[in-house]
Amino acid sequence: MSASVNLILAAGGGSAVIPHFKSSGTCVTSTKALFCWSWVSSHWGPLLEPGLIQHLELTAIAVAVGFVIALVAALVAHYNHWFAKGFLGLSSLLYTIPTLAFFEMVAPLTGLGKLTIELGLVGYTLLVLFRNTLTGLQSVSPAIISSARGMGMTERQILLRVKLRIAVPSIVAGVRVATVTTVGLATVAAYITPLGLGQLIFDGIYSTFKTELIAAGGLAILLALAFDAVLVLAQRIVAPWASLTAR
Amino acid sequence: MVLIRALQFIVDHPHLILPKAGSQLLLSGAALGVALGVGLPIGMVTGHLRRWSAGAFAISSALRALPTLAIIAIGIGLYGLGFVNIMVALAILGIPPILTNTYVAVSSVPAATVQAARGLGMRPWQVLLAVELPNAIPLILGGVRTASVYIIATAYLASFAGTDATLGSVITNEGAYGLAGVIGATIVILILAFGIEALLALCQHLLTPRGLRRGVRLALEGSAA
Repeated sequence: MSASVNLILAAGGGSAVIPHFKSSGTCVTSTKALFCWSWVSSHWGPLLEPGLIQHLELTAIAVAVGFVIALVAALVAHYNHWFAKGFLGLSSLLYTIPTLAFFEMVAPLTGLGKLTIELGLVGYTLLVLFRNTLTGLQSVSPAIISSARGMGMTERQILLRVKLRIAVPSIVAGVRVATVTTVGLATVAAYITPLGLGQLIFDGIYSTFKTELIAAGGLAILLALAFDAVLVLAQRIVAPWASLTAR
Repeated sequence: MVLIRALQFIVDHPHLILPKAGSQLLLSGAALGVALGVGLPIGMVTGHLRRWSAGAFAISSALRALPTLAIIAIGIGLYGLGFVNIMVALAILGIPPILTNTYVAVSSVPAATVQAARGLGMRPWQVLLAVELPNAIPLILGGVRTASVYIIATAYLASFAGTDATLGSVITNEGAYGLAGVIGATIVILILAFGIEALLALCQHLLTPRGLRRGVRLALEGSAA
């Protein structure tokens, strides 16, 4: 799985496997310690930071691709009722399939690489992104559309210049949920292909050494919260007219 | 072809599938119960007071941002493997939809309705329990339905939290059960999730006060159109 050396450490009565055991400090060799900052600082460069960056990339790519697909699908669905129903049904079925099972089903076709993981992650973003975009487009008040028409706008202009802008809060709310969900699902993906922070979680999950687990889990949580905060800020800059409490 | 083998797997292994499906439901039910116990009171009180909405939404979005596997991982460090570990992780998954929906449902009961209840001499807790809650039931149960689907579909992660009782033990062990087993377990999970959701939809209909049913149906059609 991983290139790092796993070292078997006899501690107390039982033996413990410490993944990525490099420089042992007193904290690491003590079985009582719950969390070792010394391990975190000595493994930040070689292990934690690359995992964090890889995780960030996985998430950003999946949400970006999912957003483009969902936006196009929502624009089509806005005019085609049957397409809306079909896409909604398909994406909610996809959303309910356990992530890990989905990766395992796609893997025979696309291999055990990044492609499989991204396919799965994109699939899981679709439902939330599509539903929120479509709801946003459809909840524009008829009075606004009438006035846009009265100003001489074409249907296309109304869609792109009026409806899409008024739908921004709903769309951003969808992107926020999709992004934090993807950060979580990407950790599970590491069970199939060792990637990102999930790799560190799975490396440490059967070990008695808890620091790696807590550090990787904590970083995943911080990454999700940071993504969420950045998206809230982005909405304030891109669409200052949109109320933040609207969802 | 694979689908047929997956269905064959379910038929051939009832003693494997059924108990695991049963305990997956029990685990999910327990987690949903905890999520209700946390989400409902907070949503009801903040919704009734029509205050602290920012706080209620902040709790929801913060909990929503917690990756389930990360909670399991940190939980292993803090309180160990086992039932409690996976239940905490699943309950956290269920709280945001319940909390948000309850707040929105209770706080959006028409002001005129609440004032009429006050005018009849009802105390604040009577207004909440006898007027706001029945009016809010449809939307609250909508949140419970969403939460139940999330929880049932994610309960397979129990295998990583140290319990092999759920169908996750099949999904995480493709080496032993093959792709047919994985897909078979997935089909069972989908049936459980959508089955429970349908059951809750029925409850939603039955628990909705009769006077509201027509209005609710119209509102739902309006939002889905």
